[in-house]
Amino acid sequence: MDPSKPRIHLFTILLKATILFALCNFAFPFLEGIPFGKFSLYNSIFPGRERLPYGEVRESYSLSLFDIDAMFASHIIAGTEKTPGEYRVLLIGDSSVWGTLLQPEETLAGQLNVKAVEACGKTVHAYNLGYPTLSLLKELMLLDHALQYQPDMLIWLTTLESFPKERQLTSPLVANNAARVRELIERHDLSADPNDPELVDPSKWDQTFVGQRRAVADLLRLQLYGTLWASTGIDQVYPEDYVRAQIDLEPDDEFHGLTLADRTSLQDALAFDVLAAGMSAASVPTLLVNEPILISNGLNSDIRYNFFYPRWAYDEYRQLLLERSLEHGWNYFDFWDLAPMQEFTNSGVHLTPQGEAMLTDKIAEAIQTTCK
Amino acid sequence: MGLLQIGASILTALLIGALTSAARRAAAVRTRFTQTARTYLLLVFSILAVYWFQPLVPLRSFDFWLPSLTLALVVLTWFITSSGGDRSSSWRAPQNLIALLLIAGLPALIDLSRYFLPEPLFTAAPPPRFILFLFFVIVLAIAIPLISWLSGRFRWVLSAAIVFLIIVLIILKTPALSLQTSVFLRTLMSRSSENASFTDLRWLGFSYIAFRLIHVLRDKQANRLPELSLAEFGTYVVFFPSLAAGPIDRAERFAQDLRKEFALTQDETLLAGQRIAIGLFKKFVIADTLALIALNDLLATQVRTAGWMWVIVYAYTFQIYFDFSGYTDIALGIARLAGINLPENFAAPYLKPNLAQFWNSWHMTLTQWVRNYFFNPFNRWMRGAKSIPAWGMLLIGQVATMALIGLWHGITLNFVLWGIWHGLGLFVQNRWSDFVRTRYPDLQQNRRLQTVLQIGSILVTFHFVALGWVFFALSEPVLSWQVFLKLFNLL
Repeated sequence: MDPSKPRIHLFTILLKATILFALCNFAFPFLEGIPFGKFSLYNSIFPGRERLPYGEVRESYSLSLFDIDAMFASHIIAGTEKTPGEYRVLLIGDSSVWGTLLQPEETLAGQLNVKAVEACGKTVHAYNLGYPTLSLLKELMLLDHALQYQPDMLIWLTTLESFPKERQLTSPLVANNAARVRELIERHDLSADPNDPELVDPSKWDQTFVGQRRAVADLLRLQLYGTLWASTGIDQVYPEDYVRAQIDLEPDDEFHGLTLADRTSLQDALAFDVLAAGMSAASVPTLLVNEPILISNGLNSDIRYNFFYPRWAYDEYRQLLLERSLEHGWNYFDFWDLAPMQEFTNSGVHLTPQGEAMLTDKIAEAIQTTCK
Repeated sequence: MGLLQIGASILTALLIGALTSAARRAAAVRTRFTQTARTYLLLVFSILAVYWFQPLVPLRSFDFWLPSLTLALVVLTWFITSSGGDRSSSWRAPQNLIALLLIAGLPALIDLSRYFLPEPLFTAAPPPRFILFLFFVIVLAIAIPLISWLSGRFRWVLSAAIVFLIIVLIILKTPALSLQTSVFLRTLMSRSSENASFTDLRWLGFSYIAFRLIHVLRDKQANRLPELSLAEFGTYVVFFPSLAAGPIDRAERFAQDLRKEFALTQDETLLAGQRIAIGLFKKFVIADTLALIALNDLLATQVRTAGWMWVIVYAYTFQIYFDFSGYTDIALGIARLAGINLPENFAAPYLKPNLAQFWNSWHMTLTQWVRNYFFNPFNRWMRGAKSIPAWGMLLIGQVATMALIGLWHGITLNFVLWGIWHGLGLFVQNRWSDFVRTRYPDLQQNRRLQTVLQIGSILVTFHFVALGWVFFALSEPVLSWQVFLKLFNLL
């Protein structure tokens, strides 16, 4: 070592580094108020995504994260100025709206945009705000957040499987946004338990930088995947082959613990309060759509429509939904039997591009009807 | 190597360094003794690392047999390269007997552990039955002295050993041959060959081990090899920091470090720690991040525009550098903690103004190895064949050398094309330099022009290398071709 240089003490370096790291780590919770998720490379360096980020494998060039600010900041809606000629329609729903196995332009939003539907003298621009996992509360949370983007109309596409009360908090996106969910429960006086153990309350340690490392890494990874989204236009894996939705069904009439004998109890098991909260959340027209399902003609199809639904439960649900819609004056459209069996892909609610085209025609019509 | 293995290696090296220093400080202990003890400690941990670092392979117990074969090759090569002339170099010398005991004893203990440990400690899967290992040792105990005896009488034994190592390397590096070998081994073990794959024979670090052994054998043939004890030799070949990703040191230089006085000072620890920290950052932060967006077979077909394709190629260019040089930094830092100064492998290669300088600063130890043991002898041979013109010799020499470096990475068409790309590049650069030097001798006087040319040369060299990675990163020439077309907006 050069004797003219000041001597460096290894122990001092390690001590200083440890203290500095501990300070940064434990100061991290105090930065909670800063919406880091809103800082995004999307809509500036990279084009915004056409649907919310969701993905479990690296090849999807997307990922599932729980930061709703970051999810919306990466979406094209966050970077699109609304023009006077635009009739802004936001589509809320599950994986069928998000578009599992569909290219962005094949989804309902994509096809509506290609169609260039005219409504109220303006051109409809639809935004895909669907997100996989089945829970009305998840959809209410996204709908509530989406209202800041100046919609002219909301279209909420639902299916029975999103309704059971026991499902509402199980979506990881819901479970990991406890503060938002509690605020919604309080604001709308929902029946969901704000102290339900499903809701993840981070401990003091979880709020430190070390505890938040996964969330920070996810945020950075989302930005990095912007390169791949911009260069490929791919945001999910499109397998060459996949297992088609089940046609031959089990001889089972149970739906979330209820059987035909419990028919009258079904309405108590469904979260209609969450639906009502969403339907009244916006001051703009909101369409409620019962989305198409696969109606099987295979084994035991006299008992069940498909893997998800026994016939009695689904029929009862449709009846209840109609009654509630009439009662509240909702713009309700029931497209449950719109698509033939072959227009479903890997699930009883996922449509092929052709199936989506059928739904697009109906939705376009519904937009125009409601607009008038 | 994963973070756990790197962490364990750091602690081990630190422990060895600290023990050596403590022993040296104790007045009663002689320096020679501490250095010998350090060598044994390094050998012990290196043997354990050979087993621990070996990844799981689908062939039963091969995560035990492949490291065992590595050690067998080490012992065999030492026997046939050791002169045995003086007492210290004989296998009967106490220090060599101790080393032999360690090399045979530690694997025996690892194997025996299957009988008293619920989970394997040093191997990915439970080791084989002890009787099989015993049989393996007995076979070696007969074969090694026999081959050693033959090598004392016939010089061709050394050449045969080199050829054997090259054949094994070719089998491991050729997907089709690897697959056939896996099928053969599965059939031998009465297992279905349906699931056989060319990745079944992932022999940890064999590319580096083979090149170290070949270097020793060639130097023995040329009577350049200094006497090494078995402990020194074994530690050199399977030294744990450089086992998985090099660098390829030279035996005599490595032995000098083992023999020199060493004490782990605070300054040494700090410098080694800095190097490790830089390496960890390069590998696990920069390279692993870039890996998410770096060129691969899938992206080659998915990227839609020329601009983004350049971004993906640049990402690969930097990812491969930070990955490899990061590992090297980690290896050099860990080795330094144990008192071994491994040779540098990288020296800012992407800032070099021509391809020759790039190759003098990229994977330097491999380049030097190939220069010493292929390029120079090959050129000498060509000069003997007077019918080849000078430019022809240069062209053939450069292309053949670079193709060999390509093949070292794997025997596939894309690696060969990568080698040829660089071989042709080196040839063209050599001719161009000569042309400029003779045609424009005053060019070097103009400093401003020199600066501009220097920057331009760096950019051209960098992009030539980056385009070369398009062959290296992809599995098929047709994919590389598609990427080239896309890069230049021709698709």
